[in-house]
Amino acid sequence: MTIIPLDRTRTANGASGGTPVLEARGLTKHFPVHARGGARRAAVHAVEDVTLALPQAGITAVVGESGSGKSTLARLLAQLIKPTAGAVLLDGVPAPGRQRYTRQVQLVLQDPFSSLNPVHNTRYHLARPLRLHGLASGANLDTQIGELLERVALSPSFAAKYPHELSGGQRQRVAIARALAMQPRVLLADEPVSMLDVSIRLGVLNLLADLRDREGLAILYVTHDIASARYLADVIAVMYAGQIIESGPAAQVTDDPAHPYTQLLLSAAPDPDRAEPPSLRGRGAPPNLIRPPSGCRFHPRCPFAMTVCADERPVAIEVAPGQTSACWLHAKGLTAAQSRPLREPGPEGRPLTKPVTEAQRPQGPGEEKR
Amino acid sequence: MNDLLLSVHGLCVDYGLGDDAVHAVVDADLELRSGEVLGLAGESGSGKSTLAYAITRLLRPPGVITAGSAWFGSSVNLLTADQRELRGLRWNEIAVVLQSSMNALNPVLSIGTQFADVLRAHRPDMSRADRRARSGQLLEMVGIPADRLNNYPHELSGGMRQRVMIATALALDPSVVIMDEPTTALDVVTQREILEELMALRDRLGFAVLFISHDLSLLAEIADSIAVMYAGRLVERAEASAVFRAPRHPYSLGLLSSFPALHGPRLAMEGIPGSPPDLRNMPSGCPFHPRCGYAFDRCRSDPPPPLLDLDAGTRVAACWLQDGREAVPAELARPTVDAVPVGAEVPGAAVAADSGPTGGRA
Repeated sequence: MTIIPLDRTRTANGASGGTPVLEARGLTKHFPVHARGGARRAAVHAVEDVTLALPQAGITAVVGESGSGKSTLARLLAQLIKPTAGAVLLDGVPAPGRQRYTRQVQLVLQDPFSSLNPVHNTRYHLARPLRLHGLASGANLDTQIGELLERVALSPSFAAKYPHELSGGQRQRVAIARALAMQPRVLLADEPVSMLDVSIRLGVLNLLADLRDREGLAILYVTHDIASARYLADVIAVMYAGQIIESGPAAQVTDDPAHPYTQLLLSAAPDPDRAEPPSLRGRGAPPNLIRPPSGCRFHPRCPFAMTVCADERPVAIEVAPGQTSACWLHAKGLTAAQSRPLREPGPEGRPLTKPVTEAQRPQGPGEEKR
Repeated sequence: MNDLLLSVHGLCVDYGLGDDAVHAVVDADLELRSGEVLGLAGESGSGKSTLAYAITRLLRPPGVITAGSAWFGSSVNLLTADQRELRGLRWNEIAVVLQSSMNALNPVLSIGTQFADVLRAHRPDMSRADRRARSGQLLEMVGIPADRLNNYPHELSGGMRQRVMIATALALDPSVVIMDEPTTALDVVTQREILEELMALRDRLGFAVLFISHDLSLLAEIADSIAVMYAGRLVERAEASAVFRAPRHPYSLGLLSSFPALHGPRLAMEGIPGSPPDLRNMPSGCPFHPRCGYAFDRCRSDPPPPLLDLDAGTRVAACWLQDGREAVPAELARPTVDAVPVGAEVPGAAVAADSGPTGGRA
């Protein structure tokens, strides 16, 4: 087991060797707030030291609850907001100027009911980016619009329709087509299906998968729904309170979660296959991000918290090939004082069910294994 | 345990009058027994909330109840009851938890005042101290310390506000609680906590729940039985596990294959092609036929059948495939009983159409 510093965390999906198309390195965003009677420079620590790589022809899902900073991360990557610290790298070099950047990286927003202008038809929405970037004009324009609509599985007749004539799924397809107009290489999709009816969500998710497979797009899929992330993504990164706490191949993270928060998220998700009701480990709510908890931000809720968790921030530790977890439970060589439980075991009991395999369990002194 | 609390028959609700009227609920039949959790599943526009508002007579114009009956117990028809009767039943017997707790609580009154309002209106003989004590007790019942009574809604998190809503609904010990997407706006962990508390309270207090949700996978977990609505019509009703394991209506099957699983191999899924119909411009025949992979001529011309009794009367579904004249595709004839392994030969089921486009296959 090796400890990998965060800035070298690699995504599991075969991007090894090649430079990822888009990369976040140590991205941090603090939003200043005017706290009453509080410290002068109070700030919401929305995103803290996030490192993430989007490989070509890969879908990376960022999963988290509301307030975990996942949308802020998408906005940072779209360069809609400036990071407090850290950098966004396009093809391994610092992002170029605005216009050249937006040609490569496009954002699809959550709500297709408000992201399309109700007084303009589809043709307008698709023609505008093409014109602004000087990619098409005249007769060429209509051909390109037809092609764009085809890429999102809509017929050319949709060009004349207005948003109110479209269903939610069709609107989201138009929004995706608009993002595809510049032939970008990266698509950032912020909760693209959460506003859509259940029966049409899969259609949009399958469209994203198609774009990855056919056109080699690098896609960021931001979602709160871990089941859909498992379905669609190659790599899942789980965010909690502004930090990525676990990442790895999608099936691996969901089948064998290594971080207590990921386990909590999975046990809370609806799952009709479950034989008996789940027991939630780590109730409560995410912390206040103006004064985030010391050490690991999950420690106040964590049923397995140790002394070290309250003192020091855990680094990402490789727990399986490609899977990293920022949790002290996976660290070796903790002293007895550091690994003392922070709280008395709750009524749910302390032993882990399957979170950490025996070999990875923090070992007491003298009982080193392997 | 099996008293019939609520029985709805042939309920029809329109929005608007005359030829322009939109038929939001068509001929709905439901039964709710004491202590039961009945899940009502459907997409937006399927009429599930309209159905709930009609039963409680909270429907606002242009909504009109055009036909049907909704008996509470055996004595009161909620659809014809006068205001005095309704006043006696609402909150006392039938309580409602609305979808958006943010809007349902008054932002300028403290939580305690809002509890006291309910109690003062319905239990006029209670003293101020009793009201206060009861309010505190209710809050603690849903896991919020009683000293929060002095808080205003904005001082509580979304999950706590939703708990407050549940506590107010339970203030008068109702026998039926209607919950309209009570956890939709919440994070999964909070949602799970609230559902756990709700189920524990149900076991303790014995009320019945009509739980409205678009999330069939959630209903499969918490409900005793599930009714599925599509475009204003009930298309299937059965025990929760039966709907989940062995759907009989193609729409239920399609909905189930729209939820990716948390375990097992990752299979490509199709969901349901197309999108829900516009209620102002409904397709002919069965409203689901344009999206249905099993549709045949009759589905396009004839309106769907009434809910047909299936599996020895244990469940109903409204689909022409199930009326006995057609060969039923294997996916829609899976055995309900657990003991029979999935994929085993089903008596009477045809094998022909097992690659229907709505089946969730790789």
